[in-house]
Amino acid sequence: MEVGLKMGFEETELRLGLPGGGDGGEVVRKRGFSETVDLKLKLSSKHGGSGIDLSEEKKMTGLNKEKNLLLSATDPAKPPAKAQVVGWPPVRSFRKNILAAATQKSGSSDESGGEKAAFLKVSMDGAPYLRKVDLRMYTSYHQLSDALAKMFSSFTIGNCGSQGVKDFMNESKLMDLLNGSDYVPTYEDKDGDWMLVGDVPWEMFVESCKRLRIMKGTEAIGLAPKAVEKCKKRG
Amino acid sequence: MQKKTTYSFPDEVLEHVCSFIQSDKDRNSVSMVCKSWYEVERWCRRKVFVGNCYAISPRMVIRRFPEIRSIELKGKPHFADFNLVPDGWGGYVLPWIVEMAEAYPWLEEIRLKRMVVTDESLELVAKSFKNLEVLVLFSCEGFSTDGLAAIAGSCKNLRELDLRDSEVDDLSGHWLNHFPETYSSLVSLNISCLGSDEVSFSALECLVGRCPNLRSLLLNREVPLDKISNILRRAPQLVEFGTGIYAAELHPDVFSNLAGAFSSCKELRSLSGFWDAVPAYIPAIYSVCSGLTSLNLSYATIQNPDLTKLVSHCPSLQRLLVLDYIEDNGLEALASSCKGLQELRVFPSDPFGAEPNVSLTERGLVAVSLGCPKLQSVLYFCRQMSNAALVTIAQNRPNLTRFRLCIIDPKMADYQTLKPLDVGFGAIVEHCKDLRRLSLSGLLTDRVFEFIGRYAKKLEMLSLAFAGETDMGLHHVLSGCESLQKLEIMDCPFGDKALLENAAKLETMRSLWMSSCLVSLGACKTLGQKMPRLNVEVIDEKGPPDSRPESHPVAKLYIYRSVAGPRLDMPPFVWTMNEDSV
Repeated sequence: MEVGLKMGFEETELRLGLPGGGDGGEVVRKRGFSETVDLKLKLSSKHGGSGIDLSEEKKMTGLNKEKNLLLSATDPAKPPAKAQVVGWPPVRSFRKNILAAATQKSGSSDESGGEKAAFLKVSMDGAPYLRKVDLRMYTSYHQLSDALAKMFSSFTIGNCGSQGVKDFMNESKLMDLLNGSDYVPTYEDKDGDWMLVGDVPWEMFVESCKRLRIMKGTEAIGLAPKAVEKCKKRG
Repeated sequence: MQKKTTYSFPDEVLEHVCSFIQSDKDRNSVSMVCKSWYEVERWCRRKVFVGNCYAISPRMVIRRFPEIRSIELKGKPHFADFNLVPDGWGGYVLPWIVEMAEAYPWLEEIRLKRMVVTDESLELVAKSFKNLEVLVLFSCEGFSTDGLAAIAGSCKNLRELDLRDSEVDDLSGHWLNHFPETYSSLVSLNISCLGSDEVSFSALECLVGRCPNLRSLLLNREVPLDKISNILRRAPQLVEFGTGIYAAELHPDVFSNLAGAFSSCKELRSLSGFWDAVPAYIPAIYSVCSGLTSLNLSYATIQNPDLTKLVSHCPSLQRLLVLDYIEDNGLEALASSCKGLQELRVFPSDPFGAEPNVSLTERGLVAVSLGCPKLQSVLYFCRQMSNAALVTIAQNRPNLTRFRLCIIDPKMADYQTLKPLDVGFGAIVEHCKDLRRLSLSGLLTDRVFEFIGRYAKKLEMLSLAFAGETDMGLHHVLSGCESLQKLEIMDCPFGDKALLENAAKLETMRSLWMSSCLVSLGACKTLGQKMPRLNVEVIDEKGPPDSRPESHPVAKLYIYRSVAGPRLDMPPFVWTMNEDSV
């Protein structure tokens, strides 16, 4: 079952002139995510196209795809953008975050220093507990959406229920959850406002996102106008 | 007929003797001498350590040891530190608190590591243990400052509150205000993990000012530099101090204030904090450097030459935590100035960078190993290593007890010979006969495990990643390492054979973690069914493992001995392979 972000904002392209450039500056599409980014949360593992194909997984002999890419990169001239393997190197989260702040400070000149932790809480309406993600592990909305789908798919594969009770492949439960409502990823930004994920360029999102919430589509409707206003404010 | 003479003395005497035996191991030995010794010992045991909260139930502990005053519990497996254990896995302390609230009203010390602690648990602690003196929450999560407020408000005898590395929901900095005006018994406070912007400075200063026995104070990052002087002046008796953010614009007044405050602390032996440290303010601590035995600069962003200069000012250093900004040169300087160094931890400043950003190689570690005769404990992140270096280290430092080497790129060979690092690590285990903890990295074949199985007889904890070639590797470890307690493995080609052949060994260990290896579901089931005293848990976030063939490797596997049977609080993504449930 496909879950998508239902918003008709493709027409409201905002044009941002780049500093120093004229009107011929690049169009930064704030609503163009449906072209560049596929934010559909595919909550069922049966659906093809998302997640790792199980037969493929077998071939990986315990190492996942990203690690193979990492290890087989041979071109010395172009250091590969390191796909981050979970758990490696064995550095604790609070150390990772501090260093990220430091390197940002010393690296780019116009980033505001003193970043807060990149580990963010992700909640999903109806799920029994929170999860956490490190946004710096991903380089695009697509990767994030994949990761979120994997993280929360276990809730909808029918394993929901009170402690210890497992409903395997309970179709009706699955339908209850997804019935009539799409799941929409939203986030709370630095100002405390709830925004729709996908509104802004990835880097800006990573900067400003404080926590994530995957809410039922019906609840997300009220967010749209806020998001537009915010963008207007930012110009 | 021979007359049997029974030697015995009154229980009270045995109890008195027992009270001098503090080590758990010795206590356990005492309890196994005979039934009456078992009885005496269990009534007078005051301290209990439960290395895995699922290995036994709280009821069982209480039944055997009715008079406990101090308890230590550990929850999640170590690899949870690196995000390998999904949220919701378990490790809840509440069931323990509930049982102990009834059974141990006189409980004085609670130490928890990697457990989920809710505000409800903390509130129950506050309500139930009026004599609580020590609360240590090490790498815990699940609670907020509301829970801390409850503790502060009720625990009149609290001496030590240590939240190190915990994840706390900061709802308000005002929890400190809950310590009553009359409260003055604080000896140790570690709030370094708190993130709140609203640390109430006045409450903190007040608290510090009225606790004359305060010896250890570790502040959180949010406490600005210019506030430190006030706090230090109120607590010149501090032995251990952790600053907050150690950066500010250079004001001569602020600097001299700070320097003066530090110099008034004649007992200071340990410093930490130094978030985002700037070189300008480092000299403020020079007056205490000569007495420092422990220095944690692992959050300090200062680089050479300032970093090396600082370290060279501390000749009494026994423990140094630092970022790889120290570089080989800095470590060479350390080796010549700090002859009493016992523990060194070098953390990576840019662990995910593709290229090295600092000049830190095996050279630095070799220098410290040669120059510091008392070096026992090493944690070292670097990007290259050689067998020759490891052999040198091993030969010069046979007194190493903890050796954790992390070569950042997986499967890196000896950069000089391009061979695996088997021989180097082999030398470590061969020469360092008291080695208790070892972490391997780099390119490693089954051969290194042959060495480990042969020589590492005192090894208690082994951590592996991207190592080995066949099941023989795992077999060598399980069959050879007599003292092995904890084994954690990620991304190694180890499968069913070694595990099943050494099933009995697993009952002698605390736990085994294997993720991204080749252990099949079928083998897990077999193990779970054949070994009732092992809990065999498969962690799989994609769905029930049964939906795949039995030959399919499981994603993550956690096996631990238990007398409590399979646990009842497993989340949807954890499956037990125990007979009844499969």
